[in-house]
Amino acid sequence: MSTVTQRLNDDWRRFIDSDLFYSFRRSPITIVAFVVVVTLILAAIFAPWIAPHDPFDVSTLSLLNSELPPAWVAGGDPAFLLGTDGQGRDVLSALLYGARISILVGLASVAFAMTLGVCLGLLAAYVGGTVDALIMRIADVMISFPPILVALLINGVARGVLPPEMQHDAVIFVLILAIGLTTWVQYARTVRGSTLVEKNREYVLAARVIGLRSRSIMAKHILPNVIGPILVVATVNLAIAILIEAALSFLGVGMPPTEPSLGTLIRIGNEFLFSGVWWVVIFPSAVLVLLVLSVNLLGDWLRDALNPKLR
Amino acid sequence: MIAFLIRRLLQGALVMLTVAFIAFSMFRFVGDPVTNMLPQDATLEQRTELQERLGLNDPLPLQFGHFVTNAVQGDFGISYRNQRPVSDLIAERLPATMEMVFAAVVLSLVIGIPMGVYTALRRDSWLSHLLQGVSLAGISVPTFVTGILLILVFSVWLNWLPSFGRGDVVEIGGWSTGLLTVSGIKALIMPVITLSLFQITLIMRLVRAEMLEVLKTDYIRFARARGLTNRAVHFGHALRNTLMPVITITGLQIGALIAFAIITETVFQWPGMGLLFMQAVSFVDIPVMSAYLVMVSLIFVVINTIVDMLYFVVDPRLRVDAGKNTTGA
Repeated sequence: MSTVTQRLNDDWRRFIDSDLFYSFRRSPITIVAFVVVVTLILAAIFAPWIAPHDPFDVSTLSLLNSELPPAWVAGGDPAFLLGTDGQGRDVLSALLYGARISILVGLASVAFAMTLGVCLGLLAAYVGGTVDALIMRIADVMISFPPILVALLINGVARGVLPPEMQHDAVIFVLILAIGLTTWVQYARTVRGSTLVEKNREYVLAARVIGLRSRSIMAKHILPNVIGPILVVATVNLAIAILIEAALSFLGVGMPPTEPSLGTLIRIGNEFLFSGVWWVVIFPSAVLVLLVLSVNLLGDWLRDALNPKLR
Repeated sequence: MIAFLIRRLLQGALVMLTVAFIAFSMFRFVGDPVTNMLPQDATLEQRTELQERLGLNDPLPLQFGHFVTNAVQGDFGISYRNQRPVSDLIAERLPATMEMVFAAVVLSLVIGIPMGVYTALRRDSWLSHLLQGVSLAGISVPTFVTGILLILVFSVWLNWLPSFGRGDVVEIGGWSTGLLTVSGIKALIMPVITLSLFQITLIMRLVRAEMLEVLKTDYIRFARARGLTNRAVHFGHALRNTLMPVITITGLQIGALIAFAIITETVFQWPGMGLLFMQAVSFVDIPVMSAYLVMVSLIFVVINTIVDMLYFVVDPRLRVDAGKNTTGA
């Protein structure tokens, strides 16, 4: 038991003394961004417990409470801290659930794009030849089109192919698929670049000499050595994925109003804009910007901290 | 030069063929074109007649051939929703989008370049730090949020600018322009700011980075040693070499602007191609979707090729090892 605590203690020491933590501690902006991201993620995870109301329980909604301004504005109700929308839904609660879906879709599509990109990049570099040329040409064509357009097309095609009764349940998977298929190229290019260097190293030759199969050389020997830069790409792409999801939902082809993400909430709020009801649209927008900005700042910091040239 | 040109054109043609194939597959396999194009109460004879007319009974390669031949002539079929030729719909909407994108490019260059030069030359002034900070925020604010904020402030609260539409337009030889009327210009302001905000920050950061790089080079130190004024060094020598990548990025960004225009046009109900495309997506109007895809890809390929050529013409160093250096797409 004591050896385990000892080891944990050692790991913790090493982490505290590491260059990474040092550069983290030295950058106040990064600390703020980190706190914001962690707070938002925790708020999203615990949304069902901390939200003051359940925005999806129609029985608790009352039209008498509709379009109430935030609590600190004249006419506001302290029970609805950030006001209510046109159906009497609590904006704060809807926000917490919305952030939950936005972050979920963001993380899931990053995971999907990363898996796809890393596999294709490894394969392209390791096998080389026609496979390499084919994969990288597809990547070239994909990256020359703006992600939002590609995501819209994949989304549109998926909606045309799926039977109508399945569309409502499948929408979140279609989104993850569309965003993932749009953003894998950067992972593939990064992995391919580092794999091309790694595959001629002695340890790979050694692994080949002792007769390991290509698959296990790629997965167990090369992959751990090329994963570093991928983390940076993943952080930056998390911000991009959240933005693409928000844009798709805002355009009305993403999450439906019954299961809103931040983008859907902004879309709903946009309809109230002209009656002067600003709080329904401003708060989701602010949370979205805060989330994306903080993730971007973390990504910038990670890139600089892991870049040996800048040390 | 000729070899380079031919290779570039072939590459472009290949991309266009791929895109055409995707567009064709969408038309052929997403939903049933016959059901989509006929009224609900169509008879079986009408169905077979249309099937025959569309050539759906031909072998697939032949169908694809027909599709490409028609597309080259600008014929993308009939919109499922409007029952009008897709080419007409696109031609109607093209001027609105092009005007907005063009105005946004001009605005982002006019504002972005001076800001970039200033932040590079006066690195430590408070204004530079402010611009740098604002530009980071600018990258993180999504287009539709910018648009909504502008509408809230300038249309709802101040009531200065219209929040939707193009205002009055004037027809000049089939091209409808909003640039000649007061209401047209007023309607253009907010969409253009929304669309160009991201580009301004991008160009500013690019010019700053390039300028800092260039200012460190030997020929700048030599120019200073010759006793040239700061002004001549900065604007005659440094800026000129900085603008090369700016041209490239601006060119490539025109494509991105057309895509972002989808969002801007939705926010401001701007009657351009983006809004047309969004309506097509929500109604699964495949002919319009595939026509838009082909159109945008064509604009992309043409711009990319022109930018590559421009690079080639302006930078003589590229001509020497052109044989090795043509793989970039």
